[in-house]
Amino acid sequence: MQKNILIIGATSAIAKATLRIYAEQNNNLYLVARNEEQLKIIAEDAKIRGANQVEMMACDLAELNTHQALIENVYACYPKLDIVLIAHGTLPNQQACQDDVEIALQEININALSTVSLLTLLANRFEAQKSGSIAVISSVAGDRGRQSNYVYGAAKGMVSTFLQGLRNRLNDSNVQVLDIKPGFVDTPMTAEFRKGALWAQPEQVAQNIIKAINSSRNTLYTPWFWWGIMFIIRNIPEFIFKKLKL
Amino acid sequence: MKLTGWGRYPTIDSQSVFPNQPGLVKSLMHSTEHKHEHLTQIARGLGRSYGDSSLADHSINLSKLDNFISFNENTGELTCSAGLSFSEILRVFIPKGWFLPVTPGTQFITVGGAIASDVHGKNHHIDGSFSEHVSKITLCLASGDAVECSATLNTPLFHATCGGMGLTGIILQATFKLKRIETAFIDETTFKTTNLSETLEKFEQHDAATYSVAWIDCLATGKNLGRSLLMLGEHALSESNSNQNTLHVAPHSKLNMPLDLPGFTLNSLSVKAFNVLYYGKVRQQESQRNVHYAPFFYPLDSIQNWNRMYGKKGFVQYQFVIPKSAGLVGLTEILTEIAHSKRGSFLAVLKVFGKGNDNYLSFPEEGYTLALDFKLDSTLFAFLNRLDDIVLNYGGKLYLTKDARMSEKMFKQSYPLWEQFQEVRQQYDAHKAFNSLQSKRLGL
Repeated sequence: MQKNILIIGATSAIAKATLRIYAEQNNNLYLVARNEEQLKIIAEDAKIRGANQVEMMACDLAELNTHQALIENVYACYPKLDIVLIAHGTLPNQQACQDDVEIALQEININALSTVSLLTLLANRFEAQKSGSIAVISSVAGDRGRQSNYVYGAAKGMVSTFLQGLRNRLNDSNVQVLDIKPGFVDTPMTAEFRKGALWAQPEQVAQNIIKAINSSRNTLYTPWFWWGIMFIIRNIPEFIFKKLKL
Repeated sequence: MKLTGWGRYPTIDSQSVFPNQPGLVKSLMHSTEHKHEHLTQIARGLGRSYGDSSLADHSINLSKLDNFISFNENTGELTCSAGLSFSEILRVFIPKGWFLPVTPGTQFITVGGAIASDVHGKNHHIDGSFSEHVSKITLCLASGDAVECSATLNTPLFHATCGGMGLTGIILQATFKLKRIETAFIDETTFKTTNLSETLEKFEQHDAATYSVAWIDCLATGKNLGRSLLMLGEHALSESNSNQNTLHVAPHSKLNMPLDLPGFTLNSLSVKAFNVLYYGKVRQQESQRNVHYAPFFYPLDSIQNWNRMYGKKGFVQYQFVIPKSAGLVGLTEILTEIAHSKRGSFLAVLKVFGKGNDNYLSFPEEGYTLALDFKLDSTLFAFLNRLDDIVLNYGGKLYLTKDARMSEKMFKQSYPLWEQFQEVRQQYDAHKAFNSLQSKRLGL
């Protein structure tokens, strides 16, 4: 059965790896990203890999007032969506966010508010159709604020809390809401980091995401060992945690 | 970060970048235009060249530039980014009934690497090398400008880039033709030969076979010298195959060599035992079977990290070609030298090449080519220098993709077009921007 799948932030490494697998399963895709040139390349790649139909739209998701038109466009192409994956975002420079309130708010806007806006529009459609999966890439960084990236962490924390509520609301409508919390992933977003044993490849994360969607999971830590790491991090008492250099 | 080639010798400390868009490669070139002259940079893919040809202070890794760009279902013409791997092409296109026009003995290489090495396969005598199926390349020059080149457009640049070991620029994308297959299987015929002249005779007799290659027992001496298993292959047609799903892709192997074998496990006795058993495994003089493409083309891909078999110090692959005119006499002399040294290699592969091409540094030319692995030890290079003299004496040369130690003198004598190659590089300022440990060693 071909599925209609919307992928927002399609040029991100994890989204690209995920949509390739969906393309090879001959599904119908709708791809959204900011860079039009890259988007066209990825759409053509998806078609050659076997996607049945590929539609796309280039837009800057930071412009929240474009979201309504975007979602209408998607539903004009596909009257029913089976899966949506929201994968766009940026990894801000924490120091720059501390120095400039405008940068901090911009990062909150793209990493949290834009996702909330899209989810609000999509949730109503999914609630009405009474089926489907909403999957959103949040981050382990949202589990606890740390001095090294709490602006990003706060944005992701907001997304995760929003997803919890949405999951609760859509439970009766038979809609899956999946909160994806990747750890360190080797992508262009993290190109400047030194890579160690905890780092995962986007292809591996993509496989985990598809498996989690297929098995109706609520939360996915990927790779799996991040569940354990974050369990410890979440449970360190605050009077100790605040002294740590994390 | 420490980097090595597949043979794990030599090692270099290198900074790697992984551009995932052509635009990033171009801007990288702009930003590195005024780099210190003594620093080197070279493109790299999946790191399967054996020696030092992808090693430099700065490594531009193209493996994330991996998109399919266009495909013509009528002609089989595929355009893709340079970092796409052969294994990915096979995974996507075998189910659609297409196969690579030419493939080397591993599928874990990139399209860019295949062009830079001008790789050859078991069908060289019929189909030539990979570049001969490439109709167009987009190359990022030292200036950061991308140019197209082909056999008719920027011709010298095309012939310098195919087989040019990444020394002319960074290949961004390429167009080449896939070939139609009906099934993913190969009808294989194996001949067991008792000596070298019989092996060569069998090659001659079966020169119409699409694929041919011989595994040769390189430790056999005397009247057994050159005894081989000669394997021929044809793409199996659908009616000859009873399997229901005939266009399926092989899953990636789960077998892995998890650690380096201690150096002493590989010695002349164990290699001899392996060779005797391998040769003895085939009983009949002629046998036939229907095999999946993966074990036929990529027997070593079935063990991940097989290069660890040669221990921590690594190994050197030695692949030479000698012209047909040197014939039996030349091969006999070289095989005798190898057998006497007792440095046998697990897989010694003999192949008859068809005609060469116009690429300045391309390896294949009409003649016999033999590939061997030798474990690295303190006396190996002196021995290989002796082999070099014999190869040179017969008018032969070594494969740059597998080389880690050839002298500048040997290179310049055996690759007579190196000066034209260098002129093209200078014309595009490539000699200032692209260099590897190998190019420095070879005086390019």
